Amino acid sequence: MGGISASSPQLQRRNWTWLYFLLPSIVIMLLFFIYPILLTFFYSFTNLALTGEAAKELKFVGLDNYTRMFQDPTVRISIWNTLVFLIGSAVIGQQVLGFLIALLMKHKNKTFRRVIGTVVLAGWVTPEIVCALCLYSFFGDEGTLNAIISFFGISPVTWLFTVPMLTVILANIWHGTAFSMLVFQAALDDVPSEIEEAAVVDGASKLQILLRITIPYIRETITTNAMLVTLQTLGVFGLIYAMTGGGPGTKTTTLPIFMYNQAFVNYQLGYGTAISLLLLLLGIVLSLFYIRSFKK
Amino acid sequence: MLAKRKWALMSSALLLAVTMGCSNSGSSSAPQAQGNDPAPSQGGGDKAATEKKTITITYRDDGTGEKGTLYKWIKEVSASYPNKNVEIKPTPIQASEGDYFAKIALALKSKDTAPDIVTEDTFMLNSDASAGFLEPLDDRLKGWEDWSNGSFIEAMKKGVTASDGKVYGVPYNTDSRGLWYNKEIFKKAGLPEDWKPKSWDEVLAAARTIKEKAGSDVVPIWMNLGKATGEATSMQTYEMLLYGTGERLYDDASKKWIVKSQGINDALAFIETIAKEKLGPPLSKVLNGQAGNTATREYLPKGKLAISLDGSWITGNYLEGGASPWPEYKDVLGFAPMPTSKGQAPGTITLAGGWALSIPSNAKNKDEAWDFIKFALNKENTQKLVMSSGNITVRADVAKDPEYTQMPFNEIATEYLKNAEFRPAQDKYPEVSTQIQTMVESVATGTSAADAANKYAQDVTRIVGQEHAIEK
Repeated sequence: MGGISASSPQLQRRNWTWLYFLLPSIVIMLLFFIYPILLTFFYSFTNLALTGEAAKELKFVGLDNYTRMFQDPTVRISIWNTLVFLIGSAVIGQQVLGFLIALLMKHKNKTFRRVIGTVVLAGWVTPEIVCALCLYSFFGDEGTLNAIISFFGISPVTWLFTVPMLTVILANIWHGTAFSMLVFQAALDDVPSEIEEAAVVDGASKLQILLRITIPYIRETITTNAMLVTLQTLGVFGLIYAMTGGGPGTKTTTLPIFMYNQAFVNYQLGYGTAISLLLLLLGIVLSLFYIRSFKK
Repeated sequence: MLAKRKWALMSSALLLAVTMGCSNSGSSSAPQAQGNDPAPSQGGGDKAATEKKTITITYRDDGTGEKGTLYKWIKEVSASYPNKNVEIKPTPIQASEGDYFAKIALALKSKDTAPDIVTEDTFMLNSDASAGFLEPLDDRLKGWEDWSNGSFIEAMKKGVTASDGKVYGVPYNTDSRGLWYNKEIFKKAGLPEDWKPKSWDEVLAAARTIKEKAGSDVVPIWMNLGKATGEATSMQTYEMLLYGTGERLYDDASKKWIVKSQGINDALAFIETIAKEKLGPPLSKVLNGQAGNTATREYLPKGKLAISLDGSWITGNYLEGGASPWPEYKDVLGFAPMPTSKGQAPGTITLAGGWALSIPSNAKNKDEAWDFIKFALNKENTQKLVMSSGNITVRADVAKDPEYTQMPFNEIATEYLKNAEFRPAQDKYPEVSTQIQTMVESVATGTSAADAANKYAQDVTRIVGQEHAIEK
């Protein structure tokens, strides 16, 4: 009806149209992301419990959960374990291995790439719990690994008990490397071959090309990938829980495991939510760190 | 246009009125019908038949599904339940023991998910009762003859009484703990086949003899020592030792948790001795969640374990159709009472646990649920359950029944209950229990008893608060 002549009211209306399109996602974000975080924040100042007297009556306890958290030596151990697990399995393990596989597969023939790619992907598409059970039976006392080494006359080792952190780190590497591999494959394919060829003509060695050209070229991908695998690994629960249950002792108790134990074994949901906020904080700090180093 | 709208408005108002009327009558008339008119008249018969009530029973399924003892028992009992207007429906939760408590706590919170009957472990009963999840049964129990005429063993009522003095469940089984031992290994090592140790030293002496004489593939003594075995570590190991020293976890008089005592030191010293002299199971086996099953289903029947400090129920595994059938267990195994630390009075000690049927406060059909509980836990039906599960009965009349007493070990296991102690009916117990497991595991893995005890004192004080902790 209005046509072109009524341009000014239409413009005005147009200014708000973005809101209509964004509204669904804003609502979803508020409902499923912001609201739970606010709720968690609120509950972390209460005595919320699954059962017992405290379950009847929600009470505001101020900073009790937080002071308790800072006094609790297990919290410090859990933070330390989380960082070891994170750096060992994600930042170093998955990234470096994923990058190496991607690099070695570059310029190889299609069949080779397809076969190796599928094999590595198998670990990634396997559900976490299946993966945990597979590796549990691999590292178990009567497991595959011990069967192999005893074939060579070496006496069996109780892997899950002697080196528990190493076993869960290896399990997470096995499970997650494919993701980094795929990301790096795409990035490496984008490195223009002309630049590399030019470097070869200039007499650069393979290592020099890698360090001076390839890696700087895909630097942004490395940071993004590091951030993604970090956030994925921070939340790993099922894998560790099924393999070692956080033990022996507290040797593989990471923050998610500790949080679960407080919330659902000791029934202290309020304390559990306070720990979950610590985990959230750790995620935010690490993300900011990556974003800053990305900007440099 | 206007007429059409008016019509729509009127019809929707009508619809609203009708639905409201329905839901109204539904909620108000139902309890009336059952309260005043338990036996429906001829005319109401049809109506009652269409309004058949479903009573749901929630219990823990340990993965056995329809082969599970409880499932089979519920089916059997409900088939013979005279009130045919009620349908009994098992609604199991498949979970590990620890997860089960978290899951029922969540289910009991809401009217939409609460079952009509729930099986409660007596140590969680107090927590769930003080959370307001359970219905006090005192008024209903008054009208039940079995409860007051001595059919139930009096001591067992303590296990279902919460800290407010009210009863929140009807117990259906219990258990005692003691020293299972393999007579064949004892014979080989030159120890008496009818073994009754008088003190902890005698237990240790026997274990040392076995280590020396029975071969390196035999574990002298098995106790659950890990966090992974949860409550089994707290109750079967630590509390059996602690209560045997005469000390308790919680001081009833002052209403405080005992965080330091000679009893704690003695109990830990016993565990330390076992660890240092390597009298116990390999750590990689005992610190994992399957430890209990490894001992009862694998090591004990295969003759690789001499003494096992465990519960009376383990023989349930050896029955036909059990997890690890072993018909010879009657002759090979012995069940000795756990002595007090130095043999002081009462000489032996056991801790008792057990399970009860409770009615959630959010249950929909409380009256029907209660009627069914009375039927399910009468003498005949309780007996069926404890006989098939290998547990001990809480009913005095079942305990006297020859069919029950002729089951191997039932009589002695029931006898041990005379000196039975219960875990403190306190809210904080599950959390304190976690600290116990941490303490026991750290001693088993080489931390000194003194360090572990100090850490326990600190952690428990932090959990229960300075004002609820006491040092002895």
